Amino acid sequence: MHAASCWPTAICTWMAEAMARGPVSLIGAVRGMMSVWLGRRRETHAAASGEAGAARRGMMPDIPGLPAGLKRDQPLIPVDSAASRALVAVIAILTFLAALAGGAAHMVARASGDWRSAVSNEMTVQIKPDVRRSIDDDLKKAADLFRGAAGVEAVRIVPRAESDRLLEPWLGTGLALAELPVPRLVIVTIVRGSRPDNEALRQSLRREVPGASLDDHRLWIGRLSTMANTLILAGVVVVVLVTAAAGLAVAFATRGAMAGSQDSVEVLHLVGADDSFIAREFQRRFLKLGLEGGAIGGLVALVVTAVLGWISLSWSSGPGADQLQALFGSFEIGWIGYLIVVLIAAMVALIAGFVSRLTVRRHLKDMA
Amino acid sequence: MVRFEGVGLRYGMGPEVLRDITFSVEPRSFQYLTGPSGAGKTTLLKLMLLSLKPTRGLVNLFGHDVTRRQNDALSAARRRMGVVFQDFRLLDHLTVYENVSLPMKVKGREEASYRSEVIELLRWVGLGERMHSIPPVLSGGEKQRAAIARALIVKPELLLADEPTGNVDPTLARRLLRLFMELQQLGTAVVIATHDLNLMEQHDARRLVLANGYLHVDG
Repeated sequence: MHAASCWPTAICTWMAEAMARGPVSLIGAVRGMMSVWLGRRRETHAAASGEAGAARRGMMPDIPGLPAGLKRDQPLIPVDSAASRALVAVIAILTFLAALAGGAAHMVARASGDWRSAVSNEMTVQIKPDVRRSIDDDLKKAADLFRGAAGVEAVRIVPRAESDRLLEPWLGTGLALAELPVPRLVIVTIVRGSRPDNEALRQSLRREVPGASLDDHRLWIGRLSTMANTLILAGVVVVVLVTAAAGLAVAFATRGAMAGSQDSVEVLHLVGADDSFIAREFQRRFLKLGLEGGAIGGLVALVVTAVLGWISLSWSSGPGADQLQALFGSFEIGWIGYLIVVLIAAMVALIAGFVSRLTVRRHLKDMA
Repeated sequence: MVRFEGVGLRYGMGPEVLRDITFSVEPRSFQYLTGPSGAGKTTLLKLMLLSLKPTRGLVNLFGHDVTRRQNDALSAARRRMGVVFQDFRLLDHLTVYENVSLPMKVKGREEASYRSEVIELLRWVGLGERMHSIPPVLSGGEKQRAAIARALIVKPELLLADEPTGNVDPTLARRLLRLFMELQQLGTAVVIATHDLNLMEQHDARRLVLANGYLHVDG
């Protein structure tokens, strides 16, 4: 750059002197001032580094020569505070919904994992009473059969009293169940990770104890898995849809902001700003709004989850709570759930920034 | 530095407002672009600033044919120019200090590295006490001085000024003219669009005269 360097104060002095001495002395005076100015510029750079650091730390120090409190770091694109507040509210609501859906999907996934590991580690042998046979002998035979099988960790014959208690929710208490042909159960616990040959065991059981059946819970696990996976998929779809809605809301808001800032965009172009620079200005603004909305929505989702957990604990004595407990486990999302909520909030903010940048770039390309 | 060859411009399907414009602007040169009101001075400046595209002809800027260049390449060319608009084009939500700093910010400079230049320039154009003000509260003359300061802060290779002395008093107009002359001596090519005969009489220079859509080069 050819660049002049003698700026105003020097120019004032120079002009006064030059006008008195005539045009020939002008260039010499200007050259002299250039060297003075270049020297001063180097000093300015050195002195400024500390102030730049302070500015980066979020402070705007008052500078000698500048009016106190002079605004020096305002966004180049004017901010419409009413539209910004509305967008923050929309992003917060959408983040809240997405975070709840994500947290719920995680809770179901975790509960489903618990069910599957608990149920798949057990098998149940059911022996129906037969007047021609001794049920106690059959129970012992069945237990012995499984005790000798590979991959079996423990075998427990469920006592008669415990079997009767299992019927109490349906038949009520105080009944003499001794006369009824109540089936008896043997609980077989499987070594974690092993896969016993259930088919061979089933045939042996049928041979040794006619009337006995082996339930390895596979049907039940399959149904539970299908239900849980459907719920998880629904949660993920909701997160994706809500995130897409947030992206569209930001795209519309960006277009609105661009329409309202047409003059600023034009001036920025005319002073040499390229499309990337202008897009960055919009992206910074919408990323900030996205972060605000995401933080609010995510925080509210965390609070709501905590409150629901507390409510479910205080209702835990009721039968409804038992069913919920059975379905979802405890109403807690754990640290992974909290992480998911935080990630969703961050993702919404990033999408806001990205979508605004994309929208601006496309708009500027259309304008060209 | 700037070369127009057979350039024409029409808006939509209307008649050509500029016809067969052929001229060049050499480095370190000084010229007035003059002509009656409505002759197309501002339009020609916009063509030089690349904010309008010619409907025909060749525009060569800084050694490149800019008629077919992409946006970002045009931005790079604009960063080598300083422009003073007739309607100032200041950003109303920014302070005078920020408006004048804008080209530096666009260049990616840290505020600390250009602060003293901006302050000095603002003081020189008489806006030292107004640097915290926003344009809507400035007078026409103050706005014009802020716009001039914004154009000069980057020490441009090419200065395009549209009626730069239209709203200032004669004393400041003389000072501004001297500044433009000084810029020319330091290497800047200066194009001043004006119909102010007094201004042109103070410093004799080449004149690009626009009339009826045609350009006549005088001197």
